[in-house]
Amino acid sequence: MTDNKKTIWIEYLVFICAVSAFGLVTENTYYLQIMTFIGINTLLALGLNMLMGYTGQVSLGHAAFYGIGAYTTAILSGTYGMNPWLALVCAVAAAVLIAFIVGLPTLRLSGYYLAMGTLGFGMIVNIVIREWAGVTGGASGFVGIPMLEAGSLVFMSGAGYYFLVWGIVFAAMIICRRLLASRTGRALRAIHDGENAAVAIGVNTHFLKLEIFMFSAALGAVAGFLYAHFVLFISPESFGFMFSIKIVTMVVIGGMASVWGALLGAAVLTLLPEVLHGFAEYEMIVFGLILMVVMIFMPQGLTRGIMDMIRTAGRART
Amino acid sequence: MQEIVQYLFSGITTGAVYAVIAVGLSMLYSSTELINFAHGEFVMIGALAMVTLWVRIGLPLPVAMTGAVAAGCLLGLVFERFAIRTARNPEPITLIIITVGASIFLKGVAMIIWGKDPFSMPSFSSHESIEIFGAALLPQSIWIVTAALVLAGGIHLFLKQTLTGKAMVACAVNKKAAWLSGIPSEKMGILAFGISAGCGAVAGIFIAPITMSSYDMGTLLGIKGFCAAMIGGLGSLWGAFAGGLLLGILESLGAGLISSGLKDAIAFVLLLLILYIRPGGLFAAKEAKRF
Amino acid sequence: MIRSQQTPGIRTEQILKVQDLTKMFGGVKAQDQISFSIEKGIVCGLIGPNGAGKTTLFNMITGIYRPDAGKVVFNGKDIRKTPVYRLVKAGVARTFQHVELFSSMTLLENILVGMHVRTQAGFWAAVTRLPAMKREERQSRRRAEELLEFTGLCADAHKMAGDLPAGRQKTAQIARALASEPLLLLLDEPAAGLNPVETHALGKLIQKIKQSGITMMLVEHDMSLVMKMSDKVVVLDQGKKLAEGTPRQIQSNEAVMSAYLGNG
Repeated sequence: MTDNKKTIWIEYLVFICAVSAFGLVTENTYYLQIMTFIGINTLLALGLNMLMGYTGQVSLGHAAFYGIGAYTTAILSGTYGMNPWLALVCAVAAAVLIAFIVGLPTLRLSGYYLAMGTLGFGMIVNIVIREWAGVTGGASGFVGIPMLEAGSLVFMSGAGYYFLVWGIVFAAMIICRRLLASRTGRALRAIHDGENAAVAIGVNTHFLKLEIFMFSAALGAVAGFLYAHFVLFISPESFGFMFSIKIVTMVVIGGMASVWGALLGAAVLTLLPEVLHGFAEYEMIVFGLILMVVMIFMPQGLTRGIMDMIRTAGRART
Repeated sequence: MQEIVQYLFSGITTGAVYAVIAVGLSMLYSSTELINFAHGEFVMIGALAMVTLWVRIGLPLPVAMTGAVAAGCLLGLVFERFAIRTARNPEPITLIIITVGASIFLKGVAMIIWGKDPFSMPSFSSHESIEIFGAALLPQSIWIVTAALVLAGGIHLFLKQTLTGKAMVACAVNKKAAWLSGIPSEKMGILAFGISAGCGAVAGIFIAPITMSSYDMGTLLGIKGFCAAMIGGLGSLWGAFAGGLLLGILESLGAGLISSGLKDAIAFVLLLLILYIRPGGLFAAKEAKRF
Repeated sequence: MIRSQQTPGIRTEQILKVQDLTKMFGGVKAQDQISFSIEKGIVCGLIGPNGAGKTTLFNMITGIYRPDAGKVVFNGKDIRKTPVYRLVKAGVARTFQHVELFSSMTLLENILVGMHVRTQAGFWAAVTRLPAMKREERQSRRRAEELLEFTGLCADAHKMAGDLPAGRQKTAQIARALASEPLLLLLDEPAAGLNPVETHALGKLIQKIKQSGITMMLVEHDMSLVMKMSDKVVVLDQGKKLAEGTPRQIQSNEAVMSAYLGNG
């Protein structure tokens, strides 16, 4: 699927215009907040999308990288007064290192092993956050996260943070696109199309999968960083198993192996609880059903599945 | 010393429950090469069904037990028919998400039916606890260990002595060859799911008296069951059994001697260790994938 | 032009030596003490009735299976423990019986993936898009186009690999394998499913590849192709080596006859 250069630039232009217009026009802080959360979730979905869409592996503990990002920056900049931007580097480094440790043995084996490994790992991180109360604030959460500053500019919630987040999302999209259009990207698509042939042609699939896993962890940590300095208070509930599942659902809805799909999935999943009142009660049933039904009938993701259905219907009519 | 014996007793008790969960998981993997992330929910269904049938409605114990196991088996069969068999693309990634989705769905349904509050359940027999080496042994523990041994032994005999059981093993070893010999692999898959779900329900029935049962008890138990199965070597019946006991004992000792908050982390750390060092499990040979 | 790393035809060194190679599956001996060698620059045919273990042998030479006993020596090195990607880098390439092209990519992109072991650009190069990376991309595309010309597939360069007719897909697989600049190319039933015209073209391609200095090993059921193309033939039957020699020797070998006639 080679993208025409012109198409890509048009897509980017539309994206920039839409995001800027919304940010400049909207006064309502609630709407801005929602959109900011969609941006943060898009980063999470982008990372997991690369992993699931191209290497065929599932991470059931992605919220852990999100949590590592958030708590690392919270502790370093909140408790120890480190410059938050420096804390960001530490947060990403921590996430990448841990992804390396977890991924090294598990990615060599079939898809089930990473799934289980990340599930277990996600639980461990959650338990550590909860138990290490002296450092993390435990179950009551961490207060006192400083706001982000760049020179004289303070990023408070509202339009300022909105543009910060979406700027980073844009950069992440460019990175993902560049990755996919390169030698690495071709190797990834080869793994997706036929792993045996990719191995036989000399692609070091183990190393590539590990690379992508580490990349997805990095994006997750960045998302966590942005979240922490946005809400200024974090607690373990936001980084648990259910949230890991939500990220997976974003990718499943948006379509695996699709950069825009990640955005769509993130948008749907962030807006759903806002739109359906009393949603909390039925949250699990809805997510569970979505995951099951989509994966049973449209294993390439909901968006692509619907597009295929429309295409087939259009063909049948002519 | 007395404390250690106490930890050992409680460890063997929970270990026996983990063993039953692990046996069900391992058996399913062995027959279908599928790891069912929703396995823990069968445990939950078994436990909550028992609460309804025995405590709420007041049916006699054996009837309630049968009912709970039947509920689990039925659910397993429905699950296999609609979630697994209809899947268009049975790759690991797809099946993982389907079973994870099913797990959450079942949790959500259970929450609607039984609510969020946990239930307690009385022990099966109202005897006093027995004192051994200064430590108290609950009669429920004896129930549990006995049930686990009977179940594992029963499955072992089924697979080794009966024709259907042997057919199942044949399917697990080489599906194509088994199919060529006339063994219906689809029916074997259905049977495997039924037995696996039944195992889960049995585990739920026996764990309910010693812990609180609630709609979300399944996730943790399912993961721990998987850890136990991995420790023993996926696909090995007695490996899963031993893995379960080992996990239970280590957990109990760890919680007692180190810290109770980190109890749950022990299983996950063990899982990662096994994945790192010996993904084939402690007891399975390198290439062995069957019983 | 195909870049090959040796001068054609002069030396008679062994590029591949297989010694007492044994492989068990369960209790069955799929390969039983197989020994033979291949000199540089020749075409070696591997024939035998179905189930004789030809693909298993290929899999052991290409690192997909590990032998239970015996040695595989490639270019002087024991390669039994070498992971597949390193073997490809060392110069062993193969095609499959059932074509496994990457269906979501164009033919050109498939060839580019074939070049993976000969190119460098990694994660950071992809993201930063520095001139060195762009240069490598241009060079790679040029080499890929040369390869397509060499194999006669120029017209299909930008078509989806899955959309090509079966015969051209088989040729495409060979082109992709050539992209990794192998010293030894293993072809698993390249003529299966081809009509006589396509088979003739395949024979010409094999000759061209041989002329560029690449050693080849060929599993085939098409006897006339094998006998015409091969300098040497190895015959397998039920996991054992039955005979080894020139095509003429093999054709007059009685044991070989009975193996084929006996198995129908």
